[in-house]
Amino acid sequence: MAAQRKAAVVGGGLAGLMTAMKLAEAGHKVQIFSLVPVKRSHSVCAQGGINGAVNLRGEGDSPYLHFEDTITGGDFLNHQPPVMRMAERAPAIIYLLDRMGVPFNRTAEGVLAFRRFGGTLKHRTAYAGATTGQQLLYALDEQVRRYEASGQIEKFEGWEFTSLIKDEQGRCRGLTAQDLRTMKIESFPADAVVMATGGNGVVFGRSTNSIINTGSPVSICYQQGAHYGNPEMIQIHPTAIPGEDKCRLMSESVRGEGGRVWVPKDPTDERKPFDIPEGDRWYVCEELDPVYGNLLSRDIVSFIIYCTCRMGRGYKGGQQVFLDISHLHHKKGMTRELITDKLGGVLDIYKKFMREDPIDHPMRIYPAVHYTMGGLWVDFEKGHEGALDIESHRNQATNIPGLYAAGECEYQYHGANRLGANALLSCLTGGELASQGVLAYFQNMEVSTEDLASSVADDAQLEQQSRYDTIMRSDGTENPYGLLAELQETMWNNVGIWRLQKDLIGAQGTLDELTERSKQCAVIDAGAWSNQAAPFTRTLQHMIEMSKAVVAGAINRNESRGAHFKLDTPQRDDDQWLRTTRATWTEKGPELDLDEKVDCSYIAPRARKYKVNQHSIVTKIMGDDFFEKNVAPQVGDAAGK
Amino acid sequence: MGRTVRIKILRQDGAANESHWDVFEIAHREKMNVVSALMEIRKRPSTTEGKDVVPPAWEAACLEEVCGSCTMNINGRVRQACTAMIEELCEVEGDAYVLTLEPMKKFPLVRDLIVDRSRMFEGLIKVKAWVPIDGSYDRGAAPPQDDSIRKLRYKLSECMTCGCCMEACPQVNADSEFIGASALGQTLLFNLHPVGSSLKGDRYDYITSEEGITNCGNAQNCAKACPKELPLTQVIAQLNRDTTVHKLREWIGLAG
Repeated sequence: MAAQRKAAVVGGGLAGLMTAMKLAEAGHKVQIFSLVPVKRSHSVCAQGGINGAVNLRGEGDSPYLHFEDTITGGDFLNHQPPVMRMAERAPAIIYLLDRMGVPFNRTAEGVLAFRRFGGTLKHRTAYAGATTGQQLLYALDEQVRRYEASGQIEKFEGWEFTSLIKDEQGRCRGLTAQDLRTMKIESFPADAVVMATGGNGVVFGRSTNSIINTGSPVSICYQQGAHYGNPEMIQIHPTAIPGEDKCRLMSESVRGEGGRVWVPKDPTDERKPFDIPEGDRWYVCEELDPVYGNLLSRDIVSFIIYCTCRMGRGYKGGQQVFLDISHLHHKKGMTRELITDKLGGVLDIYKKFMREDPIDHPMRIYPAVHYTMGGLWVDFEKGHEGALDIESHRNQATNIPGLYAAGECEYQYHGANRLGANALLSCLTGGELASQGVLAYFQNMEVSTEDLASSVADDAQLEQQSRYDTIMRSDGTENPYGLLAELQETMWNNVGIWRLQKDLIGAQGTLDELTERSKQCAVIDAGAWSNQAAPFTRTLQHMIEMSKAVVAGAINRNESRGAHFKLDTPQRDDDQWLRTTRATWTEKGPELDLDEKVDCSYIAPRARKYKVNQHSIVTKIMGDDFFEKNVAPQVGDAAGK
Repeated sequence: MGRTVRIKILRQDGAANESHWDVFEIAHREKMNVVSALMEIRKRPSTTEGKDVVPPAWEAACLEEVCGSCTMNINGRVRQACTAMIEELCEVEGDAYVLTLEPMKKFPLVRDLIVDRSRMFEGLIKVKAWVPIDGSYDRGAAPPQDDSIRKLRYKLSECMTCGCCMEACPQVNADSEFIGASALGQTLLFNLHPVGSSLKGDRYDYITSEEGITNCGNAQNCAKACPKELPLTQVIAQLNRDTTVHKLREWIGLAG
């Protein structure tokens, strides 16, 4: 066996734990750094399931079809070889989880049950009740605990990643992190570092993400030279329960089972929603598209709801519309038991937070940011017949040697939009592939942690200490939590569903302002024990730097593709934009390059088939002359920037 | 409408410091939960006496009751802060909802509302809460399993290590080593798995130690406090039977 090496994994969700387990199994030492006990990572929030084309129902399903659905779902912005690898690995990964004891739903014979999910016609999704993510995370957590018990894996829970350690050659040689109780910043030399830190939904405020999903670790790597791929690609889910603290997802299955989206024709209608008669309701999706109605795609439904509320036609004039299943029981005579059987888990969440039973009351919902398709840019290498060469050290590798990334924090698998039930899968196959990449990297490594000059690690630690001390010595007056709310308003209003070039450019100015103000935060906690405000100030600064890349990517991408819809350029443009947005951080702002063409070696891009599109929605809801009045005509060719 | 929320929070900078109460008042909004209230306070952390203070420290992550982070005592009862809706939990005095927040008391205090629950995770190592698979390489599907057993396992597997059962249990205290109901639930979860059951003997040996099941005084608070409604009292009853049989088999030389 090769010499034992040491790897650091940042993030203890599905991707991080998979990577850690695989590296430990190969005989190496692993240190896991996580803000929270790994069992509390955001992976627990995934409800629906995990895709894998096992074809247990004689439907002729295959990994190839799964691949195809993923690519079409991503609107052709995802590189095809890694996606093919993901689809091919999916069945084996699901069987592995089964062996680990995940309580997947089973058939009468006792084998795994699969269900249908968005974006496909096949029964391809394995699930464990309504908490598949929680169950998968726990299974990995348990296996990692075995290695923890034997001393091969060490966890640093309640530690915040603060920087990479890079040597003179630019290689990643470890990291620095801060203990969030003692506030001590330490350096941790490692032979390789794997980032697995999830998405950045918190930047947008109205998000289904856990409050730990700030994207800060990705921003740190980006600021230290890692490329950031497709930052502008952010998935917005149409139906979430709006909340002050966070939005909670109402699964797509509610619409699938007959849920209807409507608002009162008179927004000031004072009657109880259930009592508003049919004639006084506006079924906005059904009116815009009588064929698909409420089953229009995620991005379209989000857009319709947004436009409706923007015109002051949301319920009570606010940012809310109804998602209604009350007719199922009260008009169609479906029994409560049957409805509960189909939608129980989802309805429980609504009851828990809104204290109303959706079987009797229309649900109040609004779109929310749900998933970050963009992330750290990672590489892949093709071998035999154009398939992924799994022995290559380049797979899942960032442009910084020794730095890898897996899961939602990297950009590789979902293109411009993610397919339902592919998130958990990409965490696991990405984590597996990252571990293989790291193993290949270890084999050819000429250096090791032992011969890292202690000054390199010390300097990195001192730099972070000094940054923290600056925050603790600030004489400013801004409240960092107040600034977060401003950042979230800016991002949601200008870079969310509704993207207009002039708004995006305006947001750039606001972000520059916020950058300065975030350096003027008051020391609202001077304590040296379990201080939350000071590390948060640092996180906020990182969130702002990351937001600049998101905005720049959206400004630059002069087309509409997947989740990125820009009113100024409503069409997809494959001639010019079948390219990755790759951002490099500079002090003056992100620099973007478009040198990388999307690898379409398996299937050629084809058009999406929509009955309505965002353009026609705007003219219908906001008036025929909306574009003339509000959108400046596009001049010139911006693609060549 | 136009009500406020008066929030009384037990503050303590660290285990060695004195504790004191701070009272905050914020505007109430419809369907406000305790986490939203805490978020509001930290934007302008001044007490009702007009004193600027450090924002209270608290933990949270998923905010939909699956991660287990935000457990605390709310109006005297242990639960998750994210699902604690102020309108329902609080008495109204004048035009204010009255809310009292305290940290859990059965775990070492870290700061304000944060406690150290690492003993719960250590408990999972003690009961070997895992399936001892040979390795993570491709080895095909797991053996078929009865869906009715799967249903019970699923229920037990919803345990999010939040600590409510420990906080509510009179037998978990400074003088006892009791591992608590949560880890016992996980013991049964893995004993019920066809491969996980191979470690049954080890688990029985541990849960019959002085940290184990005999500490249970059958107060049944655990099942009442569990936000996921795990059948913890049945779990303990089942394990009592199982360990007795195990000891008996051991005694007549049948157990390995």
